[in-house]
Amino acid sequence: MIDKVVTIMNRAGLHTRPAAALVKLAAQFQSEFFIYKDGFEINGKSIIGVMTLAAEQGSTLQLKFDGSDEAQAAQAIVGLFDRGFDEM
Amino acid sequence: MEPQKEIVLHGIPASPGIVFGKAYVFAKQAPRVEEKSIIENEVALELERLQHAVDRSEKELQKVLQLTEQKIGSQKAKIFEAQIMILADAVLFGSIRKRIQKDLKCAEFAVHREISKYQQLMMNSSDEYMRERAHDVEDVKNRIIRNIQQEKLISRFEPNSIVISEILTPADTVLFSRNEVLAYATDMGGVTSHAALLSRSLNIPSVVGLKEITKQAQIGDAIIVDGYTGNVIIHPSAETIERCSERKKEHELFDAQLKEIREFTAQTTDGKIVYLSCNIEFSEEAGNVHAQGSSGVGLYRTEGLFLRTENYPSEEEQYTEYRAVVEKSHPHKVIMRTLDIGGDKVVSSSASEENPFLGWRGIRVLLDMPEVFLTQLRAMLRASAHGEVWIMLPMISGIKEIRQSKEFLEKAKKELRDKNIPFDENIKIGAMIEVPSAAILAGEIAQEVDFLSIGTNDLIQYLLAVDRGNEVVSSLYQEFHPAVIKTIQNIINEAHRAGKPVSMCGEMAGDPVALLLLLGLGLDEFSMTPHVLPEIKKIIRSVSFAEAEEIARHVLDMKTEDDIKDFLRVNLQSMVPELLME
Repeated sequence: MIDKVVTIMNRAGLHTRPAAALVKLAAQFQSEFFIYKDGFEINGKSIIGVMTLAAEQGSTLQLKFDGSDEAQAAQAIVGLFDRGFDEM
Repeated sequence: MEPQKEIVLHGIPASPGIVFGKAYVFAKQAPRVEEKSIIENEVALELERLQHAVDRSEKELQKVLQLTEQKIGSQKAKIFEAQIMILADAVLFGSIRKRIQKDLKCAEFAVHREISKYQQLMMNSSDEYMRERAHDVEDVKNRIIRNIQQEKLISRFEPNSIVISEILTPADTVLFSRNEVLAYATDMGGVTSHAALLSRSLNIPSVVGLKEITKQAQIGDAIIVDGYTGNVIIHPSAETIERCSERKKEHELFDAQLKEIREFTAQTTDGKIVYLSCNIEFSEEAGNVHAQGSSGVGLYRTEGLFLRTENYPSEEEQYTEYRAVVEKSHPHKVIMRTLDIGGDKVVSSSASEENPFLGWRGIRVLLDMPEVFLTQLRAMLRASAHGEVWIMLPMISGIKEIRQSKEFLEKAKKELRDKNIPFDENIKIGAMIEVPSAAILAGEIAQEVDFLSIGTNDLIQYLLAVDRGNEVVSSLYQEFHPAVIKTIQNIINEAHRAGKPVSMCGEMAGDPVALLLLLGLGLDEFSMTPHVLPEIKKIIRSVSFAEAEEIARHVLDMKTEDDIKDFLRVNLQSMVPELLME
């Protein structure tokens, strides 16, 4: 299992388009992917769940990856967060 | 058991016929969800229903998305994209399916419970944007639940049901009719709403505007719907049943008399011939053209085809349908109206406008969507190779729209010519006169086209600033308002001055009370819902044109609708005493 902490970089936050991009990327991996914020646990492969996070610019999220390809999943998804969902 | 007390409700008769049956109450708005358990061997069916509802919801949303993108822009369309993504959320639907399989709950409850969890989280957010998203989630949830319930409702339908509902959309009306529904009775709706028109063309008696029938009637109650008077009787007594059966017989007798004059021409006693034609929506109805003894189709509404399919029908699909109508109507002509979508006719559009009746509809939609327009024009042109077709443009408000439309028609013709596909080179094109500005410019418009057709339903609505579907003001919707009559007179006179024929395809053309007046004003063609045509023909054959002209002159001097209506009724009754007036 891999734990990572990321910060939302882009201005609009984790709104619909980034949420969709995130879920699509997560779906490419076997590993389970969960997001923790303010005590909530959200399945990162669920668009409705990710939309619920209401993560605005500057907020921090804890990511958890668990599975055979967890390393690749973590690298790809953390990369997406770091690039501000390619919206910067 | 003590017999239940008879309840009589008065509504607006929307489609004729007297019918005895059992109530099926259908709550359309705000789906109510009960926590119902299912048994093990129902699981598979329940899962299948869920899947169908999700598929259907997706198709609906794709259509809305497409419409929104084209008209409002991709920014707003994002909302629907997000809703479509939710429909594909594997985690969400995994948990919904688990509730059905493991907890043995019905599909709509499972959907409600699982989606509401997220909705609640979003609602609690302090972020405005997030609370907005909660509404989207609510929308998508209701859409799925509605689709599950609709499917269940239809599968539960017993024959001989009378569908009772708050309101019916055109799509519902058609959908239910496939399950041999006996009659419709609704709380809301006006006589000229599209659902009412549809129930008439499907020969399903209906009464609308009953205000509280969904509260009074229970599933399984014995009910009589009287589509002539607008009465609906719940738990009818033995005497009431007897009385209604008698009236049903009288009507059937009169109908039999009308059949006898079917093959005769619509000619007045002093020799004036007018054309009586049918308004139809489906190719299957084209059979009525001959069955009712009409002289063709005066209004073929092409929306039916567009509402039934999820996407825009292809040229080939349209051509097949139009050709069927043309061939069934042969040797008579068919006036085809180009797509008149908008207003109350848009299927399941959530891309709502503040003021749909003053918004994007009729020719406005077509001119904005050249591919849709050209495809339809090509299909109509191709159909014209098989019989006489006239093309009619809806919602014309000025000359420019006509000229633009004619350019499209020329383009469509050229495309066919280049491919050596046959069509009628001299196909006629006409304008529907339903917007007041077009009524005022009737003379100028008549010079641009081959014919005019008065669409009274919308014309009256726009002229009098009354929403015909709004029951609070629907009594102000007056066919016999002096301003309406003067407007009609102007359109007819101006068209004739330009040497062009003028027809009427609104409800008014099939109203026996209006007949003497319209005949006297010089209307050339009356196009109406097929079932009233024999009665109208009987009246025409019983009166003289000279008398009708005299009556019209007199009406033009009258000041109020009440006076005009009374005057026309009295005259009609004295001239055609055998009519069954309600």
